[in-house]
Amino acid sequence: MTAVLEIDGLRKAFGSHVVLRQIDLTVAKGECVVLIGASGSGKSTLLRCVNLLEDVDDGVIRLEGAEITDPSVDVDAIRARIGVVFQAYNLFPHMSVLDNVTLAPRRVHGIPRDEAEPAAMAMLERVGLRDKATAHPDALSGGQQQRVAIARALVNDPTLMLLDEVTSALDPELVGEVLDLLRELKAEGMTMILNTHEMGFARDVADTVCFLHDGVIYEQGSPAAVLDDPEKERTKRFLARVRADG
Amino acid sequence: MPTDAWVPSAREVERTAYRRQRTRRSVAIAVASSVLVFGGLGAAIVSSPGWPRVRATYLNWDKAVDSFPAVLEGLWLNIRVALLCAVLIGILGLVIAVVRTLKGAVFFPLRVLATGFVDLFRGLPLLLVLLLLGFGAPALRLSGLPDSVLFWGCTALVLSYSAYVAEVFRAGIESIHPSQRAAARSLGLSYTQSLRHVVLPQAVRRVLPALMNDLVSLQKDSGLISVLGIIDAIRAAQIETARDFNYTPYVVAGFLFVALTVPMARFTDWYARKKGYSTAGGHL
Repeated sequence: MTAVLEIDGLRKAFGSHVVLRQIDLTVAKGECVVLIGASGSGKSTLLRCVNLLEDVDDGVIRLEGAEITDPSVDVDAIRARIGVVFQAYNLFPHMSVLDNVTLAPRRVHGIPRDEAEPAAMAMLERVGLRDKATAHPDALSGGQQQRVAIARALVNDPTLMLLDEVTSALDPELVGEVLDLLRELKAEGMTMILNTHEMGFARDVADTVCFLHDGVIYEQGSPAAVLDDPEKERTKRFLARVRADG
Repeated sequence: MPTDAWVPSAREVERTAYRRQRTRRSVAIAVASSVLVFGGLGAAIVSSPGWPRVRATYLNWDKAVDSFPAVLEGLWLNIRVALLCAVLIGILGLVIAVVRTLKGAVFFPLRVLATGFVDLFRGLPLLLVLLLLGFGAPALRLSGLPDSVLFWGCTALVLSYSAYVAEVFRAGIESIHPSQRAAARSLGLSYTQSLRHVVLPQAVRRVLPALMNDLVSLQKDSGLISVLGIIDAIRAAQIETARDFNYTPYVVAGFLFVALTVPMARFTDWYARKKGYSTAGGHL
């Protein structure tokens, strides 16, 4: 298996606050890595670093073997290969759903409108929102907006998908529709890194679960190993707390 | 469909009657106080010792009719000046606003220039800019630049107003949540593309009511170019006045300016309200 993403000794601090001390992680093609950990443990920061939305303080990130933390790389070209879905959807409110989905194909990939729109419609069909193409985001429910956001990322045929707490802002009855879509993606072999508070979902889709604590990947392994039979003290405590809340 | 056999309860009937009574009372108070205030004000003016004289010099109907065509022709110049300047102000203001929001050391000189421009022209009284540019710039006899006072008068308006409009645009740009830019960048859009397709369209929409307010203000401030001797509505009124020292043409010019700005102001109100409703959803 070829590695889609390799992270070596990643460090990221905000001022004197060190969020990530030493992160080492390899993600194989088609692998689904789920990051878990307490709020503030650096799950989102790690995803932002991979997408180059944050400058790293040390360490190296490689995408398909090529270093992307090299300051001379074309960051726009790198980002165009990585799909990101945000917790708050971040759709563009002044554009229709269709324009949201075709923006990157047209402006970044230079695909003419008459080719980009059918492709976007096919993607909307996939996420079950073909009939919402002309609607604006504020006319959609949270779950629908998040599915549009996923379509917007997928339409660019990304090498890697980063999903940052994609169900946290949703009402419980809307979480299911988004998780179902992610399960399908996983089944199709999409390489994904996601962080979530949904332990059931983590168990369901993850090939690897990473528990972040104190700026490092504190415990890593299969969902069965990490979630059901954690070896380390902190992991046990975290999971006990999550179960008590859930 | 089930039929709704609702009959208001005794309590509801009582409440409705009470509300109706309150409404009648407040309408009566409003009418009485309006008559008192406006009637009193009118009576005070009309009964003042100087009223017959003022009426003859400021409110002479024949003089108004006489001077109307000249003042109206002057106003046409004001309208053209305001429209042309509005377009140029929009462009210059937007450019300055974008420059002021640029990050990175490379843009330091540009940022300083833009900030200096805004500080200078927001501080200088418009009248002063008009006098300095209108009379000073043509005196330089720069080759290639027109020496018409109208050109320099418009330049003064554009410079002064651009400083204000740039700040309005900048407020709009900075009000767009960073997550919008992050989403655009994460799709691979460049800084410029993110600005062009995601940030600016939302920012401009958001500040449009404020910009239209500035446009209303520009419409009337276009009358200040009369100090340069340009024959606009105010200058035309001044000329008409000079014939017989009857000041009615000023009132005519005043009426025309108000007639010009009122529709724009109402439109601005309407637009702001409409926008207010559509964005009052209250989520991110």
